[in-house]
Amino acid sequence: MTEFLLANKLAAVGIGIVGILAISAILSPWLAPYDPSRQQLEERLSGPSWQHPFGNDDLGRDILSRVLLGARVSMRVGATVVLLSVLVGVLVGGFAAYVGGKIDAFVTAIVINSLMAFPGILLAIALVAFLGPGLDRLIFAQTSIGWVGYARLARGQVLKVKTFEFVEAARALGASSLRVFFHHVIPSIIQPVLVQASVGMAVAILWEASLSFLGLGITPPTPSWGAMLNDARNHLFDAPHMVFFPSIALVVTVLSFNFLGDALRDWLDPKSQ
Amino acid sequence: MISFVLRRLALTVPVVFIVVTLVFSLIHLVPGDPVAQMLGEGAAAGQIEQMRHDFGLDRPVLVQYGLYLRGLLHGDLGNSFRNQQPVLTSVLGRYPATMELAVAGAIISILLAIPFGVIAAIRKGKAPDKVVGLISLLGVSLPNFVLGPLLILLFSITLGWLPVSGRGNFLSLVLPAVTLGGGLAAVTTRMVRGSMLEEIHQDYVRTAKAKGLSERVVIFRHALRNGLIPVITILGLQMGVLLAGAIITESIFSWPGLGLLTIQAINARDYPLVQGCILTIAITYILINLITDLLYSVVDPRIRYD
Repeated sequence: MTEFLLANKLAAVGIGIVGILAISAILSPWLAPYDPSRQQLEERLSGPSWQHPFGNDDLGRDILSRVLLGARVSMRVGATVVLLSVLVGVLVGGFAAYVGGKIDAFVTAIVINSLMAFPGILLAIALVAFLGPGLDRLIFAQTSIGWVGYARLARGQVLKVKTFEFVEAARALGASSLRVFFHHVIPSIIQPVLVQASVGMAVAILWEASLSFLGLGITPPTPSWGAMLNDARNHLFDAPHMVFFPSIALVVTVLSFNFLGDALRDWLDPKSQ
Repeated sequence: MISFVLRRLALTVPVVFIVVTLVFSLIHLVPGDPVAQMLGEGAAAGQIEQMRHDFGLDRPVLVQYGLYLRGLLHGDLGNSFRNQQPVLTSVLGRYPATMELAVAGAIISILLAIPFGVIAAIRKGKAPDKVVGLISLLGVSLPNFVLGPLLILLFSITLGWLPVSGRGNFLSLVLPAVTLGGGLAAVTTRMVRGSMLEEIHQDYVRTAKAKGLSERVVIFRHALRNGLIPVITILGLQMGVLLAGAIITESIFSWPGLGLLTIQAINARDYPLVQGCILTIAITYILINLITDLLYSVVDPRIRYD
């Protein structure tokens, strides 16, 4: 790992920022200088100052506190969606490839290909449009689509790995099919899944922000970077600072996960450079 | 060629069928009664019942599904909950604006991606490659709802060069198209770079160089032509992202297209209209992918034999 980080400065930056973000997200209720929902109407739309380094929004709420709490929401949604998607995707795609035959044909042709035929974010918008906004529905909608990418990846990897000699050897030693699958096949496909999960965090955070920006994700008063940008667009003329800070937070977060994903991919597959 | 086209068309039919089924099922995901949701808390029970009957929502689900499929085959996407107008009329009215925006976004992305991707490939590992790599990674990480307001701040509010919103003359198209095409440009640049890197190490490129051709001719007349083949596929796939991205971009710039109509319909809980918009965008995406595949087989005949 140290060798990887020394060789990939961008990955080191990515991991550093992701680490800081994760700590800020966990500690945000204590780090935030003000209650993120407290409205101070006399300070509405005021720009950055010593008391409020990021300024105040249209309801006079402290933007720094809201950006900090927004990190918590983003990381929580991102991590939950990626974790659930990896779990479902690897199990469904991996198992289909491992078993083969009609089950694989069904999972690939009907489930994976059909869901891939839809632009992911469109399906997410459609799901939350009908389910209604809210954290759990947002996570459900994103996971319903997110797992498909991991299933396709896992399927491809398992098709390759299951022909390897160590799998044959495990079978020959009398290991049950399930044992071979969980103890030998799955551990050997973890690396590419990790690369995809890193980029997947960036995508999940972006989708959460996109849906919240459209008013379909996190509901007020919970702070979310996307929802903050939605509020900000009505005040581009009189309070441009409302756009800057949530934008910077979002872009830096997504960029860090992308740095990490790119570096991991290059490290594991030098041909891709 | 004909058998390839027929096979590809045959593969499209079940996908369309599944997409239609998914879109039909959406209305049944609404917690509670969709009509009651739309009419709000003050609606009388009789009014809700009447509307449920008018829209066929009181029938068994399978009957509803059959009627939905039959309607689609006759070009009927149902009627709006709000104004009872045919959904198809509303959708078709907004369709040209979205396609105009999507095509403009795709053109901008190609215009940016080809030169930057080629420069990054031929200067691999050097400063231009690293700068292009960093900018494209930033582009991938910059969502259109961040880029759009920032462009409005700079070009409309500060410099006063371009309109803030709406659809009028050519100038009103610039900011929405750049916002929509920016992210795609970043993805395509990376694709062009990767594809060009593979091509410039091929034997035919070495032969062209050995013949004494200038680097410009070797790159643009030989390598780029082949290097762009996989880029066509990515562009086709990314058109879906572009169409879905139009929902956000149109809502930022009040661009009167299908995306803005979708958001307006969602906010009004006009579920048949939302279904119509989503289905139209999804079918457009499937058709673009079909055309891309067919185009790909024309450009690279080896594909047909796979």
